Amino acid sequence: MADIDTAARPAIGAGFRLQWEQAQQAHVLLYPEGMVRLSRSAAAIMTRCDGERTVAGIVADIEDAYATPGLAADVNAFIQLALERSWLELRS
Amino acid sequence: MSTPVAGPAAPPGPPLWLLLELTYRCPLHCVFCYNPTDFGNVGRELETQEWLRVLAEARALGSVQLGLSGGEPLVRDDLETIVGAACRLGFYTNLITSGVGLTEPRLVALREAGLDHIQLSFQDSTRRMNDFLSSTRTFELKSRVAALIKKYRYPMVLNVVLHRLNIDHVEEILGMAERMGAEYVELANTQYYGWAWRNREQLLPSRAQLQRAEEVTARFRERVGRSMRIFFVVPDYFETRPKPCMSGLGRVFLSIAPDGVALPCQAARMLPDLAFPSVLETSVRSIWYDSPAFSRYRGEEWMKEPCRSCPERGRDFGGCRCQAYLLTGDPANADPVCELSPHHHLVTAAVARAQRDIAVPRVEKPLVFRDYRSASARE
Repeated sequence: MADIDTAARPAIGAGFRLQWEQAQQAHVLLYPEGMVRLSRSAAAIMTRCDGERTVAGIVADIEDAYATPGLAADVNAFIQLALERSWLELRS
Repeated sequence: MSTPVAGPAAPPGPPLWLLLELTYRCPLHCVFCYNPTDFGNVGRELETQEWLRVLAEARALGSVQLGLSGGEPLVRDDLETIVGAACRLGFYTNLITSGVGLTEPRLVALREAGLDHIQLSFQDSTRRMNDFLSSTRTFELKSRVAALIKKYRYPMVLNVVLHRLNIDHVEEILGMAERMGAEYVELANTQYYGWAWRNREQLLPSRAQLQRAEEVTARFRERVGRSMRIFFVVPDYFETRPKPCMSGLGRVFLSIAPDGVALPCQAARMLPDLAFPSVLETSVRSIWYDSPAFSRYRGEEWMKEPCRSCPERGRDFGGCRCQAYLLTGDPANADPVCELSPHHHLVTAAVARAQRDIAVPRVEKPLVFRDYRSASARE
């Protein structure tokens, strides 16, 4: 699996919607006739995928927010998976 | 599945999936429709403000996926208002339509109201089943609607109900879907409820038909690759284990019938000895959490053998209560699709009868088309 360009700008995929659900106390990703409940770490990444921030920017932001260095591999792996499932798409 | 024998139900989570069957009215007369066969006797449809109240109450409970269906939901001229309100509440809105009545101005209005998704069902709209694919009227209508759907940048999602009378045309159906630019195609074999149950003998395909259709689908899939995703739903009569119907009754799914009657599944109205509450008299919260009708088939305590001690009961919930009722007369029995059910022979006998030569039409029992007159007749 090739690494993602750290300058790429991920955004929520077309037809998907990310929102906070009070009843589930979780972020969910909604799509036609379906829903994925996101874990807290997945939500931390997805909520930053706004088509503006770069992958490098998202990694730095999360490392900062959680005061934990060395998260690039984890964030990259999740973004890869989300791209494969069309949860995310890349803007150049 | 932590306990060896069925135990009491855990309190349910929220009704994540809300289906509003806005009307039973429909311009089509499909012989496989799952709507009740006596829909003509159902009371008045809810008014706009009543639907909006249901939406707000369900959303407050945690409902988030919304299906708008029927009948044909486009016959309601307040559909745009309902979609708009649903979107403002934070629902993900899915319109399930035959496309009849989906004009450009209405699609623009729905888009502006925030509609998220359209599932276009492909049905036969004529009484001449043999003309299923040569029906110019249908093809032109669907093509026009499909073009509109693409123009307004919705994913093109086609749902085609298969049965004995059209399953041999799967290749042509898929070809048509390709020409329409469909991105997702669901080839869903008929499930036998409502009108389809009434017409089951005429609609159940033979094993050979099913096999051919699956082969055609596999070849087509190989050719088009990822540009068109095709889902083939096998008719459960040909399975040996039941479907996990509704992911268990009363667990995630709440359906509201046109007259406001709340159901744990859109077909559940047929189940005996259950007083399904109406949103006109009871709050959605109380319906979901407190009504005996919704808790009746939650959990596992209602189960009989062989489900009660079955290691798979946590996966399939004993299958479908409606199917158990239709075939055995008792909704608490195992779904007879399961080969462990003592009633499984009822399913295999129906399948065996379907193995007859497909060239010979059955004349002794006419197809019953869904229409208002036959739906108003008291049996």
